[in-house]
Amino acid sequence: MEEITKKYWKDYQKEIADDNFYYERSCIRQSFFPGSEAAFLKILREILGKNVIDDPNQHTCTGIGYHSDIVPFDTTMTVVARIFSLMKDHGVNNFIPSCVTSFGIFNEVVETWNHFPEEYEKTKHFLKQATGRDFEIPQNISHASDIIYKYRKELKEKMPYRLVNRHTGKPLRVVEHIGCHYSKLFAKKSEGGMEFSKVLVGMIEEWGGEVVDYPERRHCCGFGFRQYIVMANRGYSVANTKKKFESMQPYKPDFIVANCPGCAMFMDRWQYTIAEMEGTTYDDNKMGIPVLTYEEMAGFLLGFNPWDLGLQLHQVQVEPLLDKIGIPYDPKDKYVGKSGNFLGEPEKPENLITVYGK
Amino acid sequence: MGKFYDLLMQDVRFVEGLNACMNCGVCTAICPAAEIYKYDPRQICDIVQSRNEEKIKELLLTDTIWYCGQCMSCKARCPRGNTPGLIISVLRKISQETGLFTNSEKGRQQFAIKRTVGENILNTGYCVHIDIVNPKLHPEQGPVWKWYYENKEEIADRLGANYNKDGSGALRKIPQQNLDEVKKIFEVTGGLDLFNKIEKYSESAAKSMNIYFEKEGINNEYFFQTYMENSGKHEN
Repeated sequence: MEEITKKYWKDYQKEIADDNFYYERSCIRQSFFPGSEAAFLKILREILGKNVIDDPNQHTCTGIGYHSDIVPFDTTMTVVARIFSLMKDHGVNNFIPSCVTSFGIFNEVVETWNHFPEEYEKTKHFLKQATGRDFEIPQNISHASDIIYKYRKELKEKMPYRLVNRHTGKPLRVVEHIGCHYSKLFAKKSEGGMEFSKVLVGMIEEWGGEVVDYPERRHCCGFGFRQYIVMANRGYSVANTKKKFESMQPYKPDFIVANCPGCAMFMDRWQYTIAEMEGTTYDDNKMGIPVLTYEEMAGFLLGFNPWDLGLQLHQVQVEPLLDKIGIPYDPKDKYVGKSGNFLGEPEKPENLITVYGK
Repeated sequence: MGKFYDLLMQDVRFVEGLNACMNCGVCTAICPAAEIYKYDPRQICDIVQSRNEEKIKELLLTDTIWYCGQCMSCKARCPRGNTPGLIISVLRKISQETGLFTNSEKGRQQFAIKRTVGENILNTGYCVHIDIVNPKLHPEQGPVWKWYYENKEEIADRLGANYNKDGSGALRKIPQQNLDEVKKIFEVTGGLDLFNKIEKYSESAAKSMNIYFEKEGINNEYFFQTYMENSGKHEN
């Protein structure tokens, strides 16, 4: 039986490169979670000893514009080709996008070139005409979360903390949310495919936590591109998040972790919005369920300062979670900027509780 | 074949996205948009594969094609390997190229997206950037975002960013040569042409609706009309 499982599981595994990466930053992660990208690079370079290019010349893949339909596909394909050309300048060929939308874009473009060689030729011509550049298709495209997943065992050995409630000794109950474009576009490009997505499960279980299964586990966070960008449409976005939270609430998760920066942001912010609109929260203490990026989860388990990771940028406060695990933090350091000055505190919401007393 | 179906067939995403739909409705069952809006991706597949020009034109004119959230759950679930989400993208492209998008409330929103995300790509090299997520336009972002927005350089740089400065790092200023090449790519590949069409047809729509329009920026009545108008007639 074990042999049969192993045989079938092979179909759900992807090849993940092990060194010499070009890191494509995410518009959303840079803006909302800059500490997560810094933590990722620190983990790869300082803990795992990998070579990662962080190129100042890189730029958007146009993904959000493409999926909200103001950017034609020819344009997106050629912008992607330029990014691959930048990678070629650095002499590496393993590509790691930080963003899940970008991960989908890069795979969609490469798959299109594979299925329609004339599109590949057209893109080469467009790029040459516009910039004089040439490019090569990366040898490997893995999402940044794939890399952390691949090295989860090595990282565990360096971690002073576990996803365990120090008061009860029980594993923390974790909701894992996979960004739709990580596995729904091209299941074979993701670890575990769409049905058995393993990328976050692998991290959570290796690091001591327990994964919560719930009915709407694979439902979209609700971003919807134009359904959020345009104010008039945001009801779509919040309604989808609400559906997920109502579904997970009975399982009492300790926190949520996402591999997509947009999902992490929306599931945090919409909890605030729902609390302020109708007084509803999805935990027992009216504080909401903390939502983390996987870099933040890895970072605090490795002993990084939570306020250098950027955990103060979440609207749902994280201190109850840090206390459950036993991760130390200095409350006076939370609202301090680069200069070392205290920057004042955010205003308090009316319904969502943000003041936490141990 | 007819005019609109020919236009659909010219796009590889349509060729890739529609094989032979058997109308099972799995896409509609899994679709987050179908749960909220008067939207049925199964019907859209049925219409386009019927090649009925009148019905395809009706899709291009109305709100229907703008309801999809591009999550692509339909792609993962279709037993025939179709992708209704891709078909939607091609219909939206044709609706904009022909100017039909300004006939619907949801279609007119493309102007607001072009003036925000579109301009941002060309001017900064980012689709989304902290500088354009103004708390006044994004009240749902909450007070922590407002605090961050008001202290962005201090906070972002503490977290390892390089806000609006030369060199590598999150939120860095992207060197001009890169922006020039991205703009040239838009020019050569039809990206600027689409932007110009969105502008041209939107200006015309604003005129016929008697709404104040400006050639640039977001401080004009037509922008806020397209950004905020919700007739409340879309939901199930």
